[in-house]
Amino acid sequence: MSVQTQIPAGAAMTRSASAGGPPIKMVARDVKVYYGAKQALKGINLEIQENRVMALIGPSGCGKSTFLRCLNRMNDTIENCRVEGLIALDGEDVYGKNIDAVQLRARVGMVFQKPNPFPKSIYDNIAYGPRIHGMATHRDEVDEIVTKSLERAGLWNEVKDRLREPGTGLSGGQQQRLCIARAIAVSPEVILMDEPCSALDPIATAHIEELIDELRENYTIVIVTHNMQQAARVSQKTAFFHLGDMVECDDTEEIFTNPRDERTQGYITGRYG
Amino acid sequence: MSVAASKSRYQSEEFAARLRRRYAAEQRFKLAGMLAVTLASIMLVVLLGSIVSKGYTAFLQTKMRLEVTIDPALAQERNYMAMLRQALYAQVPEITDRASRRSLNELLSSGAPYELEAMVSKNPSLIGTKQTVWVRADDEVDQFAKGAISRDVPESERRLNDIKIKAIDTLTAQGAISTGFNTTLFTAGDSREPEQAGIWGAIVGSFLTLVVTMLLSVPIGVAAAVYLEEFAPKNRWTDLIEVNINNLAAVPSIIFGLLGLAVFLGFFGLPRSAPVVGGLVMALMTLPVIIIASRVALKSVPPSIREAALGIGASPLQTVTHHVLPLALPGILTGTIIGMSRALGETAPLLMIGMVAFIVDIPGGFTDSATVLPVQIFMWADSPERAFTERTSAAIMVLLGFLILMNGLAVFLRKKFERRW
Repeated sequence: MSVQTQIPAGAAMTRSASAGGPPIKMVARDVKVYYGAKQALKGINLEIQENRVMALIGPSGCGKSTFLRCLNRMNDTIENCRVEGLIALDGEDVYGKNIDAVQLRARVGMVFQKPNPFPKSIYDNIAYGPRIHGMATHRDEVDEIVTKSLERAGLWNEVKDRLREPGTGLSGGQQQRLCIARAIAVSPEVILMDEPCSALDPIATAHIEELIDELRENYTIVIVTHNMQQAARVSQKTAFFHLGDMVECDDTEEIFTNPRDERTQGYITGRYG
Repeated sequence: MSVAASKSRYQSEEFAARLRRRYAAEQRFKLAGMLAVTLASIMLVVLLGSIVSKGYTAFLQTKMRLEVTIDPALAQERNYMAMLRQALYAQVPEITDRASRRSLNELLSSGAPYELEAMVSKNPSLIGTKQTVWVRADDEVDQFAKGAISRDVPESERRLNDIKIKAIDTLTAQGAISTGFNTTLFTAGDSREPEQAGIWGAIVGSFLTLVVTMLLSVPIGVAAAVYLEEFAPKNRWTDLIEVNINNLAAVPSIIFGLLGLAVFLGFFGLPRSAPVVGGLVMALMTLPVIIIASRVALKSVPPSIREAALGIGASPLQTVTHHVLPLALPGILTGTIIGMSRALGETAPLLMIGMVAFIVDIPGGFTDSATVLPVQIFMWADSPERAFTERTSAAIMVLLGFLILMNGLAVFLRKKFERRW
């Protein structure tokens, strides 16, 4: 696949702007999303750096999940949803002709708020993606991918003896790690996480947070969270969303210690949200 | 009211009375529910009881033992009735005059010679010998033996005259009358003579019709449901289609029959009374049921499964065929079986396309003339012979048996594959 098509003018600008740091993996330029007549996002500009964790925070209904779902075009499945503006992956417009939604979702994986393993065996949950993408044809190849993915997701030791048991029989935290393993099994470049810990207890949450930190080495991660401590712990960059606007985006430390906008300050100090 | 009083509001006398009223209301509701269930159960018991008590005798058939000499000359003429009659005359020697012997002749089923003929043609060496054979008795003898015709009624009002009763008594004394399991009922096609009539033809007709119905309505219905539920945009057109499908599900079945008559028989010129046409009509009738049931089943698959599949790059069709459809399958299957059992019990549309004809032969294919079980019941219920009354009930029992089997299977499948998320 030819990656280097024309980078739109806006995207090129950001690249030069952040020269010196890690390369930019994804770019959003003036992204507007409408659900029917209702506008959910009012022109988002954001750069997502490679091998970094970007946290999206903000009060409920501010559009952070909507934005996340634009990055792998999951919004395509929602009736009446219209996306304007530019979103680029490696300089290529994800809504353009060169990228197909199915192909994009293989490159940009997603982990959802509620753990949603397939009602199949643990093995089949992981093996499904590689199988449909033709990544592995022989049994041993599939076995290897399954093992590696589960190891990376830190679940291998817990489930290695019961790979044939249903994935739905695991605990909530294990299910969510299974979903992460499923996402990384297809070797995506970016992993989107939509409040991955909101349904989990603190111990399971700690597990996942550790995992996110490890995954950063190989993947670019964008995580939506309501938990500010979590954002502070796992991310390097944080973007604060408010009422469909991206208010500010900076290094996580900067956002939490020295926010420029008073709305950000209000939110992180717990005055509203 | 003071603050202290309001604090103890849940301990006051007034509140206790209120609580009692609430419990009383609950009790009344429970009672009403139990009453309804009891009433329904009683009605069911009465219905089944009346059918079974009327019909169980149809599973038995009275036979006569005759010492038949297989006369070569008569065998040459294939006049087996004459052989049977001679045997009967010999066994009831006290009746000699012509008029009385005519009554005697009527004790034999008109199908009895065929039984004998079949026996002889299978084994020609029997010609010229004397054989003991059991042949079916006429339905009136059968009814008399089962006690449905009483000898206390005056002769003028009785179906069997005194001569016949006397002959039966003689035969009974010889041990030549006996009642056994009625295999004819399950192996024969329809007949004007009750003792020769069976439901096998109707069962085969029903089976062939249902095969056509299933082959047409299941794939089309499921595909339509999948398209409408998973792929079609939600707009005015799909709303219109949905309203029409729901409407079709409620259209009286006879109208589908009229449609079948006009289109399949009138326009396409398909054969009348054929299971293929019956199946087509039933498929039209069952389609909306299957589509609605399948859509409900698809809808009940949580969206998170679709998101999970799409999220790792499955195409929309892969998402449906690999994940959504397998999860919806138990529901679809249940809906299909219920639709099929409805089709099995359907009569009205088949009357319109000629499946109500009197058909003796067992249908051998989809284009042969045939009838179906419920229509057979309908036709037998119309017959004046007493023996058909019990056969009607017996056929109803068989039909109910099939329906219970199918609906039981539906419940079993639902219970077995039911998933919780």
